[in-house]
Amino acid sequence: MPEIIDKVAIKLSVNGVSHSLTIEPRMLLVELIRETLDLTGTHVGCDTTYCGACTVLMNGAAVKSCTVFAVQADGAEVMTVEGLERDGQLHPIQKAFGDAYGLQCGYCTPGLMLSTAQLLAQNQRPSEKEMRKAIAGNTCRCTGYQNILKAIQLAAQNMKGA
Amino acid sequence: MLAEFGDDAKLLAGGQSLIPLMKLRFANPSHLIDLNFVAGTSYIREENGTLYFGALTRHAEIETSPAAAKIPIIRDCAAGIADVQVRNRGTIGGSLAEADPSGDWATVLMTLQTEVRCQNATQDRGLQLADFIKDAYTTALAHDEVVSEVVVKVPPKGSGGAYLAFKRSAPVYPTASAAVQLAMAGEVCRDAAIALGCVGLTAIKAKDAEAALRGQPVTKKTLAAAVEAARAAAEPQSDMRGSADYKRTLVGALVKRAIDVAVRRARGEQVEVSHIYA
Repeated sequence: MPEIIDKVAIKLSVNGVSHSLTIEPRMLLVELIRETLDLTGTHVGCDTTYCGACTVLMNGAAVKSCTVFAVQADGAEVMTVEGLERDGQLHPIQKAFGDAYGLQCGYCTPGLMLSTAQLLAQNQRPSEKEMRKAIAGNTCRCTGYQNILKAIQLAAQNMKGA
Repeated sequence: MLAEFGDDAKLLAGGQSLIPLMKLRFANPSHLIDLNFVAGTSYIREENGTLYFGALTRHAEIETSPAAAKIPIIRDCAAGIADVQVRNRGTIGGSLAEADPSGDWATVLMTLQTEVRCQNATQDRGLQLADFIKDAYTTALAHDEVVSEVVVKVPPKGSGGAYLAFKRSAPVYPTASAAVQLAMAGEVCRDAAIALGCVGLTAIKAKDAEAALRGQPVTKKTLAAAVEAARAAAEPQSDMRGSADYKRTLVGALVKRAIDVAVRRARGEQVEVSHIYA
């Protein structure tokens, strides 16, 4: 058995809040988010780098938080679904997923919304092909797919000029 | 550190293969050395017709780079590996060092002149990619060595290439893949490089398929001969992704399509292809 080495001190920002934590090096980022910080909006679907339910933004890039060690987020800015809303107002992406019925049970929705956030930050007018490519890593997927594309399109429209 | 911790230490690059392997306990390293905080390991440089990729350069960075715009087969690969999230983390050096038989980079880079720079605490050496990859999950890296850089020659003018991989969904490994790089002189194929992925213990260089095209015009007949030779070169295993027969048929179809795209690109046509999935 490998020896369990000492805990490691890290600093990171999650949804704009700075945290200084001392954690086990084997802890996954999703475990830190859900269990240490109690931000349970990020979900664990498959835990095998497949489904994308655990997607968060790390320094603006969508990552599967089940496949990043928490110590690797040292110094990073992480955004989870809880960080989307501003002053009690839903983010346009959240609102669009509701308005376009882009969710059913909602388990995959936080991950899909963060993949959408990276897409729309880079490309304000994505084509359908670009939208499909952007969410290809989110295979945990409510609704039979079409409404999610409608939701992303609606979010893109509503965010223009924002 | 590798010298200090010995054989059981593992290097962590993008982690998109290694972390899942650790969860399955297929990998159980005593020490994990994270390379992500090492400065100056992620870059793409071009000098005198040669591209230099830092080992920690992420697929996503390569996807949108001028280098990828210049060599379409590199873009086909970088833009199609797994999904956005994995491309944001996964690295070119990590992919080659992992030597997964279903990885994309080795298959593609096998069709270009590629050197893998390996480094330990005191020395640096360069290996041709074909010599670097020894077997499935096995490379020529010594246990105290790390991949530092991947060096790729820019193909000459009049070249065209394409990489096509077929997979059941974005995040999974392909069922089969084909990389084709051709140097054309008018209608005649001056030189050909063809590699097959996921149908053997390593990427397979389809030498007879290359010979079927080399020095020949690309016609229905020479194309059919190349495809047949590629099918014969494949060594597929039946598994959950498909039977061996199915994969052999699939890889032939991918080679055929990749040759067609490579010829068109060599003529200067803009053709967009990438991984194929539902």
